[in-house]
Amino acid sequence: MAVDRSRLPVPGPEPQFQFPHIERRTLRNGLRVWTVEHRQIPLVSVLLVTAAGAASDPADRAGLAAITADMLDEGCGNRSALDIHETLGRLGAQLETDVGHDATVLGLTTLTRFLREGMELVAEMVLHPRLAEGDFERVRDLRLNRLLQYRDSPPALADRAFAELLYRDHPYGHLPIGTERSLRAIAVDDVRQFHARAFRPDLTTVIAAGDGDHETLAAAVGDAFESWRIAPDLEPVPLPSSFGEPSPPSNRLAVVHRPGAAQSELRIGHVALARRTPDYHACMVLNMILGGQFVSRLNMNLRQEKGYTYGARTAFEFRRAAGPFAMHASVQADATADAIRETLHEFRAIRGTRPVTGEELAVGRAALTRGYPRNFETSDQIARAAAQLALYELPDDYFSTFVATTLALRPEDITHAAERHLHPARAAVVVVGDRDKIGTSLASLDLGEASEVALA
Amino acid sequence: MDIPFTKHTLRNGLDVVVHEDRALPIVAVNVWYHVGSKDEVPGRTGFAHLFEHLMFEGSEHYDRGYFQPLQAAGAALNGSTNADRTNYWEVVPSNALDLALWMESDRMGYLLPALTDAKFENQRDVVLNERRQNYENRPYGLAGMAIVAALYPDAHPYHWMTIGAAEDIRAAHIDDVRAFFKRYYHPGNASIALAGDIDADTAIRLADEYFGDLEGGERPPRVQVPPPNPTSEVRLLLEDRVELPRLYLTWHSPALFAAGDAELDLVSDVLAGGKTSRLYRSLVYEQRMATEVAASQNSRELGSFFQVVATAAPGRTLAEIEQAIARELRAVATEGPTAGEMERGLAQAESHFLARLQTVGGFGGKSDQLNAYNMYIGHPGFFSRDLERYRSATAGTLRDAAARWLRPEARVALSVVPRGAANVGLDGSMPVAVS
Repeated sequence: MAVDRSRLPVPGPEPQFQFPHIERRTLRNGLRVWTVEHRQIPLVSVLLVTAAGAASDPADRAGLAAITADMLDEGCGNRSALDIHETLGRLGAQLETDVGHDATVLGLTTLTRFLREGMELVAEMVLHPRLAEGDFERVRDLRLNRLLQYRDSPPALADRAFAELLYRDHPYGHLPIGTERSLRAIAVDDVRQFHARAFRPDLTTVIAAGDGDHETLAAAVGDAFESWRIAPDLEPVPLPSSFGEPSPPSNRLAVVHRPGAAQSELRIGHVALARRTPDYHACMVLNMILGGQFVSRLNMNLRQEKGYTYGARTAFEFRRAAGPFAMHASVQADATADAIRETLHEFRAIRGTRPVTGEELAVGRAALTRGYPRNFETSDQIARAAAQLALYELPDDYFSTFVATTLALRPEDITHAAERHLHPARAAVVVVGDRDKIGTSLASLDLGEASEVALA
Repeated sequence: MDIPFTKHTLRNGLDVVVHEDRALPIVAVNVWYHVGSKDEVPGRTGFAHLFEHLMFEGSEHYDRGYFQPLQAAGAALNGSTNADRTNYWEVVPSNALDLALWMESDRMGYLLPALTDAKFENQRDVVLNERRQNYENRPYGLAGMAIVAALYPDAHPYHWMTIGAAEDIRAAHIDDVRAFFKRYYHPGNASIALAGDIDADTAIRLADEYFGDLEGGERPPRVQVPPPNPTSEVRLLLEDRVELPRLYLTWHSPALFAAGDAELDLVSDVLAGGKTSRLYRSLVYEQRMATEVAASQNSRELGSFFQVVATAAPGRTLAEIEQAIARELRAVATEGPTAGEMERGLAQAESHFLARLQTVGGFGGKSDQLNAYNMYIGHPGFFSRDLERYRSATAGTLRDAAARWLRPEARVALSVVPRGAANVGLDGSMPVAVS
């Protein structure tokens, strides 16, 4: 039978999908233990989520949370670092540590048959790390060397300059890795104290998703962590829930000079919203239309029409306190000013002069809702989704209501969200590029005097 | 451990491979064309990848871009080009499978009528920007180009990287697109895998419905090259905008699935997989002369390469790093791995194989693996035999593979050093210019 190529096939009724059930328990020490059964493959993914990340770094010790997490696998109890990694290797396990602004997440994926052994190892690393001076010096040197290499990485330079421009001395004003100066100021005692104040059962959720029933998964976690106690008289580290708003940036344009650069790395945006905003769904759809997918306005403009870049995107980074909204792109040097101008133009247009159309809304909503099930295919994806609920204290039915809430949005809801949460008039711009090539054209942008960013 | 499948070849030569997995209401569509940068000619490098970009620009019966209707239906989609093959995939909700097959079949059959100069010139600019972003403007980003140019002779199809030379991309002509499409983009040179919420009968019927009418073609002859046989070490020096010097040691190694390929993959784990690995432990943990070290067996159709990469800590030299690496390589090549290393290596391999069974689509998902096995060895069901290659490896076979392939006189040693610091490279290195 020949195919009708005069029109596209229209998809039939949408298949139903239910997010897998999360079973929640709390141990006597306050640790929350969540389990999800996902039994296709004999693997279990475990995430330990502690609600203290880089934003809890003391003002003059940026990088402390990250280096503390990095020290956990450098020896614990009577095991050396090499013992720990020999065990992980034998279990066929992968250990990942990720320190973000709001949280420290330890991830372990292991063969089901080694779940208990894996859990005992993770618990020992978190409860009884050695935090020895010699290991600390070595780990800090490695981090200093990484920072040294970032001096040549345009994306790393742009991220740092953008965080500093937007947030300055606010707890979100530095990257998790810190700076050369702040890392040098950290001593091993700082690490020990941060560990004691940040890793507490009452600030932590352990999520186990994978090949086991709820009882088995929960027992493996519970047995490993039941001895965890909160140290008396020790205040927890400051958490983002207590943070105020950052003061507005003193200028709107910052340039990191990179002589001879073939492209300019750009960040354009402003402080936006916390994760718990009631406008979350509207902002997600707004972002899809503006810069969150291939067919977004910004990518179609800068890549597909102008050919300035390999790709341009925008994102709201939702955090516990107000996170940034930003456009990210690397554009050819001679198009730098035009790309900035077009980006600010798109920000303005979607707020009213060119509001979202019905078709754009349909595509934006669909991209978020129709593809929803594929976000929950692996144990690790499921555990990471559950971690969002834990970290941002979202309602239990968040996943089951996401699709309906998103589909209920109308064009005017998106325009309204853009008016309230997109601010082109105060958007700040970071350029990592060749100042001598692009300086004159930047002056035509009416963003005020450019500040030069120093690297130390 | 396996991926159950059904295979059927349409009359026009298109292979159809189906795997049923009802865990989620999604289907992965994955199309491989047996063409990559190895099929390019000198002067037109980078073309296979530029062509891949044009596959997303619309086809005769739907000429408004490839992404829009699929993203509107909730699909994730992408494509990639390497030296050996080009792949394209969508993961769609199961109600949108017809749409994905319609779109894939339209560009397989009817790309050229929708091709315009404007699209071609735009995507050429996009690719040049991709090259600037990922190679020219990235620390150490040009190292790979210097290495393959030295490792493979001028006429060898792996002599250039898939991204190609900037001047070749600029020189590409729209007529080249037409010739390339006719030669390589037809059902006889392709394989489609469908994995997920679908049964084999339905999938084969749908594949026949959408692709069965497309005209088949001659399967282009496979590129044949004699295996390179280096007899002396090549030392190169590249000055780059970096803070720390880095050493790249690269050897020829057995082709994908050939004897010794799995062994060298396991050797790379012994050398640099995790903190207990020999090189990490010696160079980073104990002697602190390097800030990072990596090793990999890069498996490819015509012949692979094995690579060790180490970045010097401030104040340390690439010469001492080279000596420390050579010491560890000699130990593996003479004594082989320990029993503990073999146990850990096999547990890690088993765990990686299991992890690859978790997704139906995308890069590396089950549909992608079925196509890889089908295209490279003509048998989609190679998964368990692939794993068996690892299980049957022994300390002795690892030792022998390391001794045979990782010889100092058969390698390319590239020192990448900060500009103006040629003196920190290995002695006797010849300066190279790459752009």
